[in-house]
Amino acid sequence: MAACIEAHGLRKAFGTTIAVDGVDLRVEEGRILGVIGPNGAGKTTALNAILGLTPYQGELRVLGRDPWTERDQLMRDVSFIADVAVLPRWIRVWQLLEYVAGVHPRFDRAKAEGFLAKTNIRSTNKVRELSKGMVAQLHLAAVMAIDAKLLVLDEPTLGLDILYRKQFYDSLLNDYFDRSRTIVVTTHQVEEIQDVLTDVMFINRGRIVFNCSMEELELRYLELMVHPDQIAAARALKPFHERQALGRSILLFDRVNREQLAAVGDVRTPSIVDLFVAVVGNMTGNQAQGNHQGAAR
Amino acid sequence: MNTPSNAVPGSPLESQGTAAQSVAPAAVSATRPMYWSVRRELWENRSIYVAPLAAAAVFLFGSLISLIGLPHRMRAALALDPSKQREAIAMPYDMAAGLLMLTALIVGVFYCLDALHGERRDRSILFWKSLPVSDLTTVLSKASIPLVVLPLLTFSITVATQLIMLLLSTAVLSASGLNVTTLWTQLSFFQMSLGLFYHLLTVHVLWHAPIYAWLLLVSAWARRMAFLWASLPLIAIGVIEKVAFNTSHLAALLENRLSGGGAEAITVPGSFPMDPMTHLTPGSFLISPGLWIGLIVAAAFLAAAVRLRRYREPI
Repeated sequence: MAACIEAHGLRKAFGTTIAVDGVDLRVEEGRILGVIGPNGAGKTTALNAILGLTPYQGELRVLGRDPWTERDQLMRDVSFIADVAVLPRWIRVWQLLEYVAGVHPRFDRAKAEGFLAKTNIRSTNKVRELSKGMVAQLHLAAVMAIDAKLLVLDEPTLGLDILYRKQFYDSLLNDYFDRSRTIVVTTHQVEEIQDVLTDVMFINRGRIVFNCSMEELELRYLELMVHPDQIAAARALKPFHERQALGRSILLFDRVNREQLAAVGDVRTPSIVDLFVAVVGNMTGNQAQGNHQGAAR
Repeated sequence: MNTPSNAVPGSPLESQGTAAQSVAPAAVSATRPMYWSVRRELWENRSIYVAPLAAAAVFLFGSLISLIGLPHRMRAALALDPSKQREAIAMPYDMAAGLLMLTALIVGVFYCLDALHGERRDRSILFWKSLPVSDLTTVLSKASIPLVVLPLLTFSITVATQLIMLLLSTAVLSASGLNVTTLWTQLSFFQMSLGLFYHLLTVHVLWHAPIYAWLLLVSAWARRMAFLWASLPLIAIGVIEKVAFNTSHLAALLENRLSGGGAEAITVPGSFPMDPMTHLTPGSFLISPGLWIGLIVAAAFLAAAVRLRRYREPI
């Protein structure tokens, strides 16, 4: 099957700071990939390279094209929301729709108007008159009306309240995603997209440190809550991470038999957040000895 | 070479509505984004047409008041030597044209300085770049504002203003029993409009093209204070040249570019070509090296601006 995004040795440095450090990546069609990483991990830089917003070293193909040299053609099949509130503040809603309809061959204006009809946004409103949440709704309505093969969302809900965030992902899933489209999303509100994702990827210091499908994640990783009196037995099964919560120990295991674990405590699938803290936190802890770097939280 | 002038949306009406569906895809992809990008600029920068319209309104208001003294002035003009009559009669019309051209110049300069800077400042460049519009189309659409849209607007608004003035004057003069033939013959409206068009095309478009291209380049490059970056380095180089070599070639070059434009385009340098006595000399204008060097420089500046926009991120 053709890959939607394919990268080999993708690298990007700003002066002496290496933002993306040799990333190999393959995103198949029809996946919803969550890219999770601490601030400054290189998520946005990697996405910018994928969207043709920044030059890069290494090999990168998006839908078979080189994004840096073919951005305008690529944008017929790719849409993105790079940040909250990047819509020009002077534009009126009808002007925005008219403009996108004018320049985008795959934009369905009626569809966008249908989405907007469910909101409080009127076509005569200027973007500067809308609240932050409404601007996000407007941007999403415009983007969802584009029949794109790849949608990239970089912190699309940053600073929005819970209701808007929930609505955002709900409409994305119900009205947009149809198994033939690919979505790549980065966010700090990991728990909100956990159920949406088909794949998850952790990035730290410009490298992919974890990359796994959700099915595989559920098969491989288990979280065990143990009473202090059984902790020795649990530790014998070699957890890769351990933390304390409410007087109990929570241990994370990779590829350990479920029944074995169930004998010493309560077993469940770990949340992405806990897995992220375990994987990235472990890394930072190990490297911090030689390399004095801020904790990645 | 004269790429900016090609930026005219070929057939604006055709690319609207359903008719566009039947046009060949290649033609659509070339003209549609350009047409919509220019419309976008007009939505964002309403001063492009509001400022000249306001200037025309102000001027018309003034000339409405001056109609009171018109019969008296006309009598004085009729007493003059016929060779001086034109100057006396056409003066307000030339002033109207001059005011509108000055307005368009100011609007064009400030528009260009903000054109590629504002979209980075308000981060909307991230939205514009998410659409299938190339950096070339974007820069050309922005260059077309001072090089196509503003001159055309200046021309139409000036002609409309002058026509209103002429009709009002005719009405007032007829009412006070004066003969209007001198007014019409001395003014020769059609030739005056033709001369205006020629002046706008040669000086305001072709001769000034490198100025606007330079301003666009600076606006794509500067992180802040585009106006200072556009002007101070030139002044600095001029000062260094003066101090080091006691020459002022750069200053002379810039002055020639700013105000000497079109010296080759007409026989009497410094006069408005609206005067029917002025002979238009497009031939010598077209072969003047200054024109072509300027256009090559303009194209180079625009190409650099396109390249810069590709690399630029929000500031």
